[in-house]
Amino acid sequence: MRIDFTVNGRPQEADDVWEGESLLYVLRERLGLPGSKNACEQGECGSCTVRLDGVPVCACLVAAGQVQGRDVVTVEGLADFARQRSGGSPEVTGTGSRTGEGGALAPIQQAFLDAGAVQCGFCTPGLLVAADEMLERNPDPTDADIREALSGNLCRCTGYEKIMDAVRLAAARQSEEG
Amino acid sequence: MDFLRPASWEEALAAKAEHPAAVPIAGGTDVMVEINFDHRRPEHLMDLNRIGDLEEWEVGEDSVRLGASVPYSRIMEHLRTELPGLALAAHTVASPQIRNRGGVGGNLGTSSPAGDAHPALLAAGAEVEAESVRGSRRIPIDAFYTGVKRNALAPDELIRAVHIEKAGGPQQYSKVGTRNAMVIAVCAFGLALHPETRTVRTGIGSAAPTPVRARTAEEFLEAALEEGGFWDNGKIITPSLAGRFADLCAAACSPIDDVRGTAGYRRHAVGVMARRTLTWTWESYRGARRTTEGAA
Amino acid sequence: MPTNGVPTKITQGSGTRGGIGESTLRPDGILKVTGEFAYSSDLWHEDMLWGQILRSTVAHAEIVSIDTSQALAVPGVYAVMTYDDLPTGVRHYGLEIQDTPVLAHGKVRHHGEPVAIVAADHPETARRAAARIRVEYRELPVVTDEASALAPDAPLVHEHRDDLLQSQLRSTGGTPTVGHVPHPNVVHRQPIVRGDVTSARERADVIVEGEYTFGMQDQAFLGPESGLAVPEEDGGVHLYIATQWLHSDLRQMAPVLGLPEDKVRMTLAGVGGAFGGREDLSMQIHACLLALRTGRPVKIVYNRFESFFGHVHRHPAKLSYEHGATADGRLTHVKCRIVLDGGAYASASPAVVGNASSLGIGPYVVDDVDIEAIALYTNNPPCGAMRGFGAVQACFAYEAQMDRLAARLGMDPVEFRQLNAMEQGSLLPTGQAVDSPAPVAELLRRVKAMPMPPERQWESSEGADVRRLPGGLSNTTHGEGVVRGVGYAVGIKNVGFSEGFDDYSTARVRMEVVGGEPVATVHTAMAEVGQGGVTVHAQIARTELGVARVTIRPADTRVGSAGSTSASRQTYVTGGAVRHACELVRERVLELGRRRFGSYHPAWASAELLLEGGKVVTDGGEVLAGLADVLGEEAVEVEREWRHRPTEPFDPRTGQGNGHVQYSFAAHRAVVEVDTELGLVKVVELACAQDVGKALNPLSVIGQIQGGTAQGLGMAVMEEIVVDPRTARVRNPSFTDYLIPTILDTPTIPVDMLELADDHAPYGVRGVGEAPTLSSTPAVLAAVRDATGLALDRTPVRPEHLTGTG
Repeated sequence: MRIDFTVNGRPQEADDVWEGESLLYVLRERLGLPGSKNACEQGECGSCTVRLDGVPVCACLVAAGQVQGRDVVTVEGLADFARQRSGGSPEVTGTGSRTGEGGALAPIQQAFLDAGAVQCGFCTPGLLVAADEMLERNPDPTDADIREALSGNLCRCTGYEKIMDAVRLAAARQSEEG
Repeated sequence: MDFLRPASWEEALAAKAEHPAAVPIAGGTDVMVEINFDHRRPEHLMDLNRIGDLEEWEVGEDSVRLGASVPYSRIMEHLRTELPGLALAAHTVASPQIRNRGGVGGNLGTSSPAGDAHPALLAAGAEVEAESVRGSRRIPIDAFYTGVKRNALAPDELIRAVHIEKAGGPQQYSKVGTRNAMVIAVCAFGLALHPETRTVRTGIGSAAPTPVRARTAEEFLEAALEEGGFWDNGKIITPSLAGRFADLCAAACSPIDDVRGTAGYRRHAVGVMARRTLTWTWESYRGARRTTEGAA
Repeated sequence: MPTNGVPTKITQGSGTRGGIGESTLRPDGILKVTGEFAYSSDLWHEDMLWGQILRSTVAHAEIVSIDTSQALAVPGVYAVMTYDDLPTGVRHYGLEIQDTPVLAHGKVRHHGEPVAIVAADHPETARRAAARIRVEYRELPVVTDEASALAPDAPLVHEHRDDLLQSQLRSTGGTPTVGHVPHPNVVHRQPIVRGDVTSARERADVIVEGEYTFGMQDQAFLGPESGLAVPEEDGGVHLYIATQWLHSDLRQMAPVLGLPEDKVRMTLAGVGGAFGGREDLSMQIHACLLALRTGRPVKIVYNRFESFFGHVHRHPAKLSYEHGATADGRLTHVKCRIVLDGGAYASASPAVVGNASSLGIGPYVVDDVDIEAIALYTNNPPCGAMRGFGAVQACFAYEAQMDRLAARLGMDPVEFRQLNAMEQGSLLPTGQAVDSPAPVAELLRRVKAMPMPPERQWESSEGADVRRLPGGLSNTTHGEGVVRGVGYAVGIKNVGFSEGFDDYSTARVRMEVVGGEPVATVHTAMAEVGQGGVTVHAQIARTELGVARVTIRPADTRVGSAGSTSASRQTYVTGGAVRHACELVRERVLELGRRRFGSYHPAWASAELLLEGGKVVTDGGEVLAGLADVLGEEAVEVEREWRHRPTEPFDPRTGQGNGHVQYSFAAHRAVVEVDTELGLVKVVELACAQDVGKALNPLSVIGQIQGGTAQGLGMAVMEEIVVDPRTARVRNPSFTDYLIPTILDTPTIPVDMLELADDHAPYGVRGVGEAPTLSSTPAVLAAVRDATGLALDRTPVRPEHLTGTG
């Protein structure tokens, strides 16, 4: 079957999609967007977290056919998404979030780097999408709020402490800027 | 495999009539796991995401009509007053990502004894609105679960909504898992006090082939409350009464040993949860009663 | 030329930023947060096929027949291969003992053993085809534990085992010994005997005996096994792979593929965690076989279910201990027996036995010991390396014993440990002296001195916050039944490969001018699995060469072996190799400078010149020349191997010998709250004090300590692969039923980092990755015992064990 939908603001189409394929497979194997990770395929790890019409979901549990005409944001589009949210245009570099080569980062991406929240990095894309969405809803989260919001994202390397630090850091920077 | 994308409820019913083996998919949290792991290869998958009214709810006089696909995250957020037990159950479902997709219709359709919504629905009292091209009917929740992962739906029927009684009294929900989040129930327990009818209802998950009510425990408690005038005098429930209720709830289980827990533990844990949720709901009832009296 | 542990001057000065000791950020960090970092599962190639492995559904069976015809008939299928299709006579592989068939031959020995492989144009096609391969099994009785392995009529897991001589030769350094392995179902045995336990026992006022059980833990790295094999025009193959040790893979793969090693090219793809689980081969040979057979690139990606069968696990163990102490709290003796279940194939079992036995009494001084450790062959899943291997299992048991002894003596458990703690100069049971700092008592003091977390943190103005209570979001308690407990533990782990292994690493360092700026390039085959080795290599190059820009080349087999990313060894050994190569580059750069500029300034004759801030400077800080000017058009490049001090095998009968090169110590204090009625545990805080020697990158070191601590927590309260004892089949191969801690299960992990340099190691570093995994599990268990008063002799502890409903 054929599927047309929007990914990171761009119209995309996928042809010859097998009906049992997940959104995750289409993103990774058909659209060349492997940033969303496949670690369990059963919604237990959150590594494939993307936003579907703005809502964080596990891309492995969305059937490809279900995204027809809908809007998806992946980690690859997170920096643009964050910039647009804060009123910038996708082409313009954001403020204070540029690190060497690699282009502008979303504040949450920068915070993960700065706090040492990335080790193997396999959980990172999903965590970034989930954490970014939480800070959008809840700009001043308690530690318990952060833990609850990220409880669907498994990390095996960090023991989560640096991830907590990163989210607190992003929240603090966000409130300074706000 | 064919992917059906009905644009309306009527189209969905027609498709289900034509392909009774078609597997409906909404949140995908059960179906996609089975497909990803090669456990299921249905001839037809039927996407229900396009049918907007499945994600809506209406709060009526006595009950809430909850669309089959209303995500758990919205139940938690918007229906805490009307459906406190279900809102608590919704909060225990898997992870935020799953709660954003999954709804009660999926739990009912799968009818796994471990589905988180079942004990809350049993305790609150509910009817499943099932429909086919032949017509619509309401299946009382007590008659809905017929076996392990089996239910009263006919092959051509789809779940459109669930009608759940609005809470007339305190409700509670507890679930035991061996992790503090994102865990499948080892066992679960729901309790609702219905002061207007002076009844109590329970629901037990993952401790029998189907979700069940602890009817003997309910009857015991109703009689004891009536006898002691508890509903009127708002006395503290004695430990022995709570303990007897807990024992009867545990006795209502017919659990198995599996990789998630032993039968003995499940029975024990249901008893503990029954005792605690009774205490919490009763204290809440007493508190509300005092507040009302104080205001009067 | 310093090749071995001779500390040299650290040249870092204020002129060079981003050197060792700073918390510089990961060079791969930006790619990892933008989703651009290419993990092995992300690779794609035009015309690529997908490989699929058919695995056994039973644990122990004869293969009566295999019929692949229906699979080959599926449109889109390009190849189906079984044992009979293997290209050479070498059809087995293994880390230490080559006992693992590439594809099952005649019989299968564990649930999930690879039987056949398929290549097809879509993963679903490959799955469908694999499902159409007909394998007829005749089931055999299963060996699942010591009793069934060593029974008089026990089936032999390896009926024609021929490695006995090899393993004897290896462990004795050349002398075969009778009785070293008492039974063909024993992979390896290591006794360690020192002093006289029998007479020491008479001095004991208190004797404590205990039997302990340690469950089977999985590494559960998040990035499942995967790789892409691309056939090359010269008949060779290029494999892009997530692994822990490229050259070890290569050594095992090439003979099976029938290719010389230079025709099997290996490039490290992005690795999504490892923790020991990628030390053995998984899909490497299978992907290459299919690529060579079809002439097309072949990608294999395990799903999570398959991943649970696709790598070795941590050895489950049964441990029997007898400890004695005098009334004033001095340990008199330890006698113990550790039985490790190695599963169907050897993997790293011999090394696990070596660690479990030699570190079997922990970081304590005991003159009279009698230790025996064995690893069994069974039909359970194969077990091998996992973070802290061997030492983890022992630590769980000896720390439980220490608490029980302290209780019997009426002593404080921390003081009792401190009284018996080893220190620099103490002897291990192997007779080896610990010749670097061993601050065991100090770590305990520090972790105990940390402020305690406040009580009843769940209480809030709006009632109980269930997120901070046992059971979490599941709303099981609002404080009822909740009891706090506190527990301590400390452990010792060896760093690097022990027992005489030639543990070396290779680094190639190049220095040249690019765009007018001096740039260093570091090339090693080190597997970056997330630990941050690449960060540290860049820091070392900056420190040694005084440059700002360092390029880290992708790891591949075009440079010599870097050894394994395991045993906490990479910063020590490959870091040592990078430093060593940098030193040689520096010497050559200075020679170049002397040739070019020596006549202009007498200071060029000094032996104390440094490279700092892009310049050659004297130790007084005077600038002699810019590096760009010194180098000009020339590039300086050095590749060298570097080794740590040699070790020696343990004597097969007495276990005596200088088997280890370095040790790592960590202590934990666990604070838990247990719902004693439901048996649910909330770890409130897990504080750690660890000696790290020298933190080359403090942020990364703390990340290692916290990550290791969390894995130990998982082992304490939830993680276990459950194997059916009747069928030896795995019952929970999924993230639904193999639970690892979520962020709501993991508490704050305050870290007190002690830096006592090991003078034998580069910069004084001490391997850090594993030690925190040892002591966190027993600390949590001790805290749960403290809260419940229960004995708890197994880990993980389940709600059943806390409620008497097992």
